[in-house]
Amino acid sequence: MCNVKNIKSIFEREFKSYFDSPVAYVFLVAFLVLIGFLTFGVAMFYERRQANLMPFFFWHPWVYLLLVPAATMGLWAEERRTGTIELLLTLPVTLAETLVAKFLAAWAFIGIALALTFPIVLTTAWLGNPDMGAIFCGYLGSLLLSGACVAIGVFASALSRSQVIGFVIALAICLFMLIIGFDPVINAVAGWGVPAGLVDAVASCSLMRHFDAMRRGVIDFHDIGYYVSVILFMLAAAHVVTDNRKAS
Amino acid sequence: MLTVSNLKKNFGPIQAVKDVSFTVEKGEVLGFLGPNGAGKSTTMRMITGFIPPTAGTATICGHDILTEPVAAKACIGYLPENAPSYHTMTVTDFLTFIGKVRGYTGQELKDQVESVIKKSRLETVRNQTIETLSKGYRQRTCFAQAILHDPPVLIMDEPTDGLDPNQKFVVREMIKEMAADKAIIVSTHILEEVDAVCTRVIVIADGEVVANATPAELRAQDPQGRLDVVFRNLTMTEGVSHV
Repeated sequence: MCNVKNIKSIFEREFKSYFDSPVAYVFLVAFLVLIGFLTFGVAMFYERRQANLMPFFFWHPWVYLLLVPAATMGLWAEERRTGTIELLLTLPVTLAETLVAKFLAAWAFIGIALALTFPIVLTTAWLGNPDMGAIFCGYLGSLLLSGACVAIGVFASALSRSQVIGFVIALAICLFMLIIGFDPVINAVAGWGVPAGLVDAVASCSLMRHFDAMRRGVIDFHDIGYYVSVILFMLAAAHVVTDNRKAS
Repeated sequence: MLTVSNLKKNFGPIQAVKDVSFTVEKGEVLGFLGPNGAGKSTTMRMITGFIPPTAGTATICGHDILTEPVAAKACIGYLPENAPSYHTMTVTDFLTFIGKVRGYTGQELKDQVESVIKKSRLETVRNQTIETLSKGYRQRTCFAQAILHDPPVLIMDEPTDGLDPNQKFVVREMIKEMAADKAIIVSTHILEEVDAVCTRVIVIADGEVVANATPAELRAQDPQGRLDVVFRNLTMTEGVSHV
């Protein structure tokens, strides 16, 4: 159903458009500064004297929460505002191809930001003897988590012609999907007398719960399957929204 | 080349387009006339597959836009209203992107982009980003993307809107150059355009076709032969209060 060549052409344009303005570089620097500050300044990476990246990966969901919506808010909103959506969707491509291309472009951009954190791996390897398998697993989990956030962002961006609304909606959905699996929240809810089974069932739907296992170095196909499902579901939702609201 | 059959579009309770049917053959330049809000753009958006019709369909070179959208879209060149384009790209990059999506690669892609830059008289601005261009050049850039794949059907929504007289002249010349081997639809509310480029005219008012004739036939409906009077009589049935 999807023509790979079409996806590639649109992907290239989308991806390059990030670097058309200084915003991309500001974004990358903000990402690295924020994640560096949280890891070294707040989580006390050095003071722990442990050669693993647990305090580093711990912050990834919260950094994505803030920055992924910023990277995805323009994907559809900008096309709507400038009217290029009419150009794009009357080209001989399917809406699914366009959506996948936009999603992959934004994901690749976040992937670059993530890849640029490599010095922390080198630092850890120089200072101690970390488990490289666990680090790889953490990065894989982080990449999948960011993919889920990007897919949510694509969906949110399709809802409105305003980038701000796209940002806020993406942030709200991501926040919800994170905190339903965040331990302090789970403990608080359980304290209200909500049945443990229910709390656990809801928590197992969260972006956080599945990342927790991976950042500790455990790859389970359930977790990978979960992220793939979230991505596919959000893209399908974006397809429905875009199809129904093209002209508005 | 292009057959539009019983197109209808409702936006909630509003009937924007009520049962529009017509055909356009190769070599024809169809002027799509009507006051603002008559349903011209909506009809064009349905023909190009941008929005789905409530009922009816359009067939482009034998491909139904609803059942074979990709094949149908491949036969159409479309210049949307206000000539949108990606403003941060250069003219050459933008046209290369369109060429790639249209399925061109390698040398053929380069040749096609070169030829369309020449045809649309964009040589002097080819390496400028689109945001730095004047309205006339932006219009021509968007025009260039519409004709890049030499489409059998060309659909243009107000191609001369907001241009100065010289720019209008250039756009009309380009339309005439291509008229012989294409089926062309040009929407406009500028009556002088009709004489300048069209071989046939459809007047649409309140979502309905109220006239389908040659410019000469249309003109003959008024004793003085004034198109604006004919246009007013056709589209202002409810009197002056409508304005």
